[in-house]
Amino acid sequence: MTPKIPDSNADSKIVDSKIDERKFKQVNRRELLKLSPVIALGAFAIPSLREPLLKQGLGFSDGASARLFRSGHLANTFADSDLTPLEEFPLNGYDVDDPGVILENWTLTVSGAVRKPGEYTLAQIQALPRTRQNTRHVCVEGWDVIGRFGGARLSDFLNLIGADPSAHFITVGCADDYYESLDMATAQHSQTLLCYEMYDCPLTREHGAPLRLNVPTKIGYKQAKYVTDLKVTHVLDKVGYWEDQGYSWFYGL
Amino acid sequence: MSGAAVEIIRTKDEETETVARAVYEHPLPVRLCHWLNAISLFIMVGSGLQIFRAFPSFSAKIPQKDLLHWPKAFAIGGWLGGGLQWHLTFMWIYIATGLVYLGYELFSGNYRQVLFTHRDVPGVWPMVKHYFLFREKPPVREAYNSLQKHAYTTVVVLGVLSVLTGLAIWKPIQFSGLAWMMGGFHRARLWHFLIMWAMLLFVFGHLVMVVLHGWNNFVSMLTGWKRDPEY
Repeated sequence: MTPKIPDSNADSKIVDSKIDERKFKQVNRRELLKLSPVIALGAFAIPSLREPLLKQGLGFSDGASARLFRSGHLANTFADSDLTPLEEFPLNGYDVDDPGVILENWTLTVSGAVRKPGEYTLAQIQALPRTRQNTRHVCVEGWDVIGRFGGARLSDFLNLIGADPSAHFITVGCADDYYESLDMATAQHSQTLLCYEMYDCPLTREHGAPLRLNVPTKIGYKQAKYVTDLKVTHVLDKVGYWEDQGYSWFYGL
Repeated sequence: MSGAAVEIIRTKDEETETVARAVYEHPLPVRLCHWLNAISLFIMVGSGLQIFRAFPSFSAKIPQKDLLHWPKAFAIGGWLGGGLQWHLTFMWIYIATGLVYLGYELFSGNYRQVLFTHRDVPGVWPMVKHYFLFREKPPVREAYNSLQKHAYTTVVVLGVLSVLTGLAIWKPIQFSGLAWMMGGFHRARLWHFLIMWAMLLFVFGHLVMVVLHGWNNFVSMLTGWKRDPEY
């Protein structure tokens, strides 16, 4: 009688066959070896490979985020009764430090791929149509609040300064050395605001007076406060304060 | 359809003697998915708890009422950003593994041996009595008993829900419909957390059964072949 090794590759519907002990061990060894692709995940256990691999993973997620972003799809807006009271709108610890903005002298410095670079006053931004919206602010930590934000659409401001429509990014610099960047699709989104009001009052210092970003389609750390510089650019030279420490860049909600 | 029995014969001086039976119980795709999933689930839970540590609460931020302080030693990533990197990397492996598994089960027909259906309902109570009240074991006729099928079916449903709730948290605006079904962003986060504990409960029960059923049973998830099956 010839021992037959079952073809375990095919499927579970194997006909009765007879094999000897030695052959059985051989089959088992071969089957075990077929699991070796799982060992590839062990690369994450090697310290020198871990960081680049996780960076790739985060980059892949960001790529997927950018693809999932729909320009015409709006973030939910809420009734006034759903608003989190302003005094319960959380602040980061370092927002208690005064970044030293002198409101009377404040201007927004515009540079990069724009037709009209230079200094823009708050009055020029406030002269643009005002949008007020009750939207959800989601922190990367996991909490969320509903806030009321008012300001000019960033897209209107980009028109005002003659931003190059083929540019891919907007970067902002802040009085407290914070910095952030946005993809152009998000910058042009109708709910993305140059925000100078919260709860219908001018921004208080803790919330980024006189100007902050309000981007309801993005995570909290994208909503830069104390904005002083805005640059339209083809190449992203400054990514973002938290991004440079390892957080996601796109982080669209 | 359970694996078919195979006789193992030891040849002894031209004479043959049956010494053992073995069953090819776990096809390769199932085994690959099982171990990939074991690793990615481990990472997802560990990094998820790291993310949870950043805001261990499901109520308002102000005033913050913490639910539990999860020790840093039992979390992956070291800090919130690290936890997110692991979570956002392995979620793709976790999802891909789940899709390959579901696809394989569906197209191979293998799902018939693990899917809990109405026919399995009568078998549940005798099995519960056996496991928890130490009553007599009902006769074993197939690879998985009713309670096992129940567990394996439930955990797949939980796996799908873990992905859906996760997507609702990750993209509450782009997947606004999904977030709405979960009761909003806030609730989705709570569901995601509860589903994780339900899956961990499965893992605990699963590991207990693996220990109780011994070596041959464990080896079958590695090689596919189960020696001396009970059925």
